[in-house]
Amino acid sequence: MSSNSLKVALVGNPNTGKTSVFNALTGLRQKVGNYPGITVEKKTGRCSLNESTTADIIDLPGTYSLNTTSLDESVVVEILLNKKNTDHPEVIVVVAEVENLKRNLLLFTQIKDLKIPTLLVINMADRMAKKGIEIDVETLEKELNTKVILISTRSELGIDELKTQLVNHQELNTDTCTDITAIDQVYFEQLKSIFSSFDPYKLWLLITQDVNFMPIEKNPPLQKEDLTSTKTKAELKKLQHKETVLRYKFINAAISKAYIKNRLKADGWEGHLDRVLTNKFLGFIIFGAILLTIFQVIFDFSSIPMDAIDELFAGLAQVVQNSLPAGVFADLLSDGLIAGIGGVVIFIPQIAFLSFFIALLEESGYMSRVVFMVDRLMRPFGLSGKSIVPLMTGTACAIPAVMATRNIENWKDRLITILVVPFTTCSARLPVYLIIISLVIPNERFLGLGLQPLVLTLLYFLGFAMALLAAAVLNGVLKIPKTDFFMVEMPPLRRPQFKNVGITVYEKTKSFLTEAGRLILALSVIIWFLGSNGIGKDFKNAEQIVTSKVEASKMNWTKEAVEQEISNYKLEHSFIGYMGKAIEPMVKPMGLDWKIGIALITSFAAREVFVGTLATIYSVDEEDQQTIREKMDSERTSSGLKRFNLASGIAILLFYAFAMQCMSTLAIVKKETNSWKWPMLQFGAMTLIAYICAVGSYQLIIPYI
Amino acid sequence: MKKLSQLKVGERATIASFEEDAVPVKLLELGCLPGNQIVLHSIAPLKDPICVELEGSQIAIRRETAVRIFVETV
Repeated sequence: MSSNSLKVALVGNPNTGKTSVFNALTGLRQKVGNYPGITVEKKTGRCSLNESTTADIIDLPGTYSLNTTSLDESVVVEILLNKKNTDHPEVIVVVAEVENLKRNLLLFTQIKDLKIPTLLVINMADRMAKKGIEIDVETLEKELNTKVILISTRSELGIDELKTQLVNHQELNTDTCTDITAIDQVYFEQLKSIFSSFDPYKLWLLITQDVNFMPIEKNPPLQKEDLTSTKTKAELKKLQHKETVLRYKFINAAISKAYIKNRLKADGWEGHLDRVLTNKFLGFIIFGAILLTIFQVIFDFSSIPMDAIDELFAGLAQVVQNSLPAGVFADLLSDGLIAGIGGVVIFIPQIAFLSFFIALLEESGYMSRVVFMVDRLMRPFGLSGKSIVPLMTGTACAIPAVMATRNIENWKDRLITILVVPFTTCSARLPVYLIIISLVIPNERFLGLGLQPLVLTLLYFLGFAMALLAAAVLNGVLKIPKTDFFMVEMPPLRRPQFKNVGITVYEKTKSFLTEAGRLILALSVIIWFLGSNGIGKDFKNAEQIVTSKVEASKMNWTKEAVEQEISNYKLEHSFIGYMGKAIEPMVKPMGLDWKIGIALITSFAAREVFVGTLATIYSVDEEDQQTIREKMDSERTSSGLKRFNLASGIAILLFYAFAMQCMSTLAIVKKETNSWKWPMLQFGAMTLIAYICAVGSYQLIIPYI
Repeated sequence: MKKLSQLKVGERATIASFEEDAVPVKLLELGCLPGNQIVLHSIAPLKDPICVELEGSQIAIRRETAVRIFVETV
């Protein structure tokens, strides 16, 4: 089997539909992961070429050239240069696109010069007639010295031919397109005398690897045994310039004989639509409307499947509780594991909806228009237009938002965006905000506006402002080398291909479940354990203690009330209860006691747990919002003040606005940054900021109450 | 001779030269080479970045780059 498996790499410029070709070849037989040690996404898949041959296909990151300027691109060079790399291909398929063929061929000539058998695929052939483009395939094949295949992933044209060509890859020659030594013959003579066994072009790529790019998180791709170059960086850059001119000379000669573009047919509906989408006024209105729609769906529509999932898992837990003998094992299964899995699965609707919309915006080419429009707005904070989508989606949930940062190529920009996204007000903060606002903000009107909704709106703005402020600070503090160059290709607007969108949604959801899901599950089981176990007599004898207290009180307790009192007593004396008491001295300056301390700790599982925990602590039924509110309202401090007054209320609001209280977000940040360093830093810094703001605001306001 | 940033929307020009260290190799590879045609395709609502057409594709760059590319209008 393995002897008949061919290693194929897909290489191409961004926006050539390379991934569509990959999807057409492999379907759902794909694996998405990361390259070892770095955060570049690695896609591999399998395809049967005929009865006896299969191909292992790797979809390499999109790149404009082998002169690397980013981590993604250096991965491509590493794989193509290093024969020992397990992903080193036997055949390369360069994917180009009809409208930008000339520019796409630059990469093709570089790849061909590596002397690996190379095929050229020209994608989007279905657009040729509409765009007035004619390609003479036979002449092009002769000029480029390879096989050329016209493909359309929309109509599946050419896919079978590509498979046949891959089977017959032995027929491909390995002649080069250009002679790199022509750019500086003296220099290359010199190099040849030192490294006689090396191919001049490969040697050139090795030498120029870090001219434009500082490897950030990885070791230099190849062991450079002292390639002491006699050229300065500036000189090398000039030579790269010469190389580009040399390659374009070759391409122009090839293209002039085989490619005709009738300019008259060039502009269509896309051009008009484009002008509307990036119009001064309409552009922002349309963008706003699209964002609103997306929020609406993530906010509202997801709640239907989310409620269903919630009920399903609650029911499942109940079934387990009822059918197993009561005890630690049943509790672990129902309250620990099943509840934990439910806590992971509950995110699926939001993630699926969001990745659907993002994929749609990406596929259609609209995303780069948005980047174009808002880039200027983001710049004062050290970010570029590419950060806008994650920041906006953070308002629904930080988890899909962190996943959405994958579209930012620049590592520093991406890291900063990941780190500040959790400041934006996600939907899990809403229940906390609502109950606290209703307790401490008077239900009055201010300038004709309700004071309570006004405070809520203010909290949303506060989150966004904090995210931008933190970005500006991080931009100054983080010492990550950054090529400060902004360039975005604006691909033609296209109708999205739903197959690609579907596969993206599937892959994103799957990778969340398998990678972040495991961590979230583990953390929920830990929190469950801490909340439902304890040492000492008080915890072990909770039932007897409470029952005897109830009997002593001589009052008529309902069965439910007794049970709630027991669970309250248990929670108070569990590990988490003791942790709550241990942090009491710390939450005291915020005007809070150990009970809310417990809620702050359990909120780490997910912020919305706040209300539920308070319900357990105050021994009321969680479903009964009104009672919780009344209970909270009647709580008093030792000095007779309301426990939830304006000062402590604002302190809680600010704490929830800024603190990193979401282990699921930490898990996804760990996954996306590939290290515990960043989520830990995020956790520490956000909690510290939240604490300082909460304590500060309480101490400021309390004298006036 | 003009700066690329001084073109009007829709105006076509020929790239004359640029400050070597200002223009990254990536932009050269996309066809920003002396002698090539360039069109100012559109300007972002906040006047920056600008979008140029090079070799048939549209590329957005910031003004800080565009002021260091010099063009000859025809």
